[in-house]
Amino acid sequence: MLFKQKIFALLMLLAIITIIIELVRRRKLLEEYSWLWILTGTVVAVLVVWYDPLVFISKLIGAVLPTTTLFIFGIIFLLLISLHYSIKISTLTNQVKKLAQELAILDQELREQVRGNSDV
Amino acid sequence: MNRILTIIPAYNEEENISKVIAEIKNYCRQTDIIVINDGSEDKTGDVATSAGAVVIDLPYNMGYGAALQTGFKYALRNNYQYVVQIDGDGQHEPADIPRLLGPVFSGEADVVVGSRFLVANKYKAPFFRKVGMKIFSFLASIITRRKITDPTSGYQALNINGLEFYAGEYYPADFPDADVIIMLHRVGLKVKEVPVVMYQHLSNKSMHAGLKPVYYIFKMFLSIFLTLLRKDTFEKKVVMPGQL
Repeated sequence: MLFKQKIFALLMLLAIITIIIELVRRRKLLEEYSWLWILTGTVVAVLVVWYDPLVFISKLIGAVLPTTTLFIFGIIFLLLISLHYSIKISTLTNQVKKLAQELAILDQELREQVRGNSDV
Repeated sequence: MNRILTIIPAYNEEENISKVIAEIKNYCRQTDIIVINDGSEDKTGDVATSAGAVVIDLPYNMGYGAALQTGFKYALRNNYQYVVQIDGDGQHEPADIPRLLGPVFSGEADVVVGSRFLVANKYKAPFFRKVGMKIFSFLASIITRRKITDPTSGYQALNINGLEFYAGEYYPADFPDADVIIMLHRVGLKVKEVPVVMYQHLSNKSMHAGLKPVYYIFKMFLSIFLTLLRKDTFEKKVVMPGQL
């Protein structure tokens, strides 16, 4: 990997990790959601700096260029992150459904009570 | 005394709902009626209230399954022992309610499904839907080892076991179908079909209209496959036979 490429990759990662940490600090992003992003960034950063494991992994998976390995792992991490979001969205959908059902039932009970009171 | 609740999920049914409610009252006097107004944009809620039904207004359009389930939850909260679910668009014939309730009262079944295919019927489905229905009733029949002809039917009667299962976690929010029949079988609940009259959809916005046939077939295969992979559990209650 060229020195320029390394510098560019590291700067980008540094920027992304800084943004994530800043978002969590300002409570715009929950810690719960940030860990996967930070993990992705850190792993890529380590592989950029420490070249031997990258070459080793490239040989292992049969990639010709170490940069390809970086891209592949970047994409795998992105997939995992989207999957993580899909799970979260499913959970949220279920929770919203339950809340809305409860709300509708309680709303009906409340109206019934109000009507009962006004009849007296 | 048996407490019976008839649940009508309704989305933009201001034209049909009052007739449905009136006929239910006519054919089954003992039942309370609740309309689940699924975020309708028209006056469904008001019309149903003036027709004498209790109305639950959902805060937004949640879908057929989620609307029905709200009714099941309401039924449990208010200690109903038997539930009938019927569509609000007038495609189901309310005169069949006593026939649906028969097997749940006698303890013969936990869930009774009104089938439009057990007798000659005026109902006609579009080609792809018909193919889908054939495939899935065939699959459901093989898996449950009972004759299932109409797993899509939204015209059902439940006892407390069916009710508790439907109010629980496993009930789908979109369109309950053959997958639910198979789930019922897998948790040990008894399903029985009785013949009912069903009319052609009066308006075409009813439950399955928006569902693309290809998506429906794909989703249902997936859903049945996953149902078979799961080990759902359900604690069944012993129920005493009731009477009409």
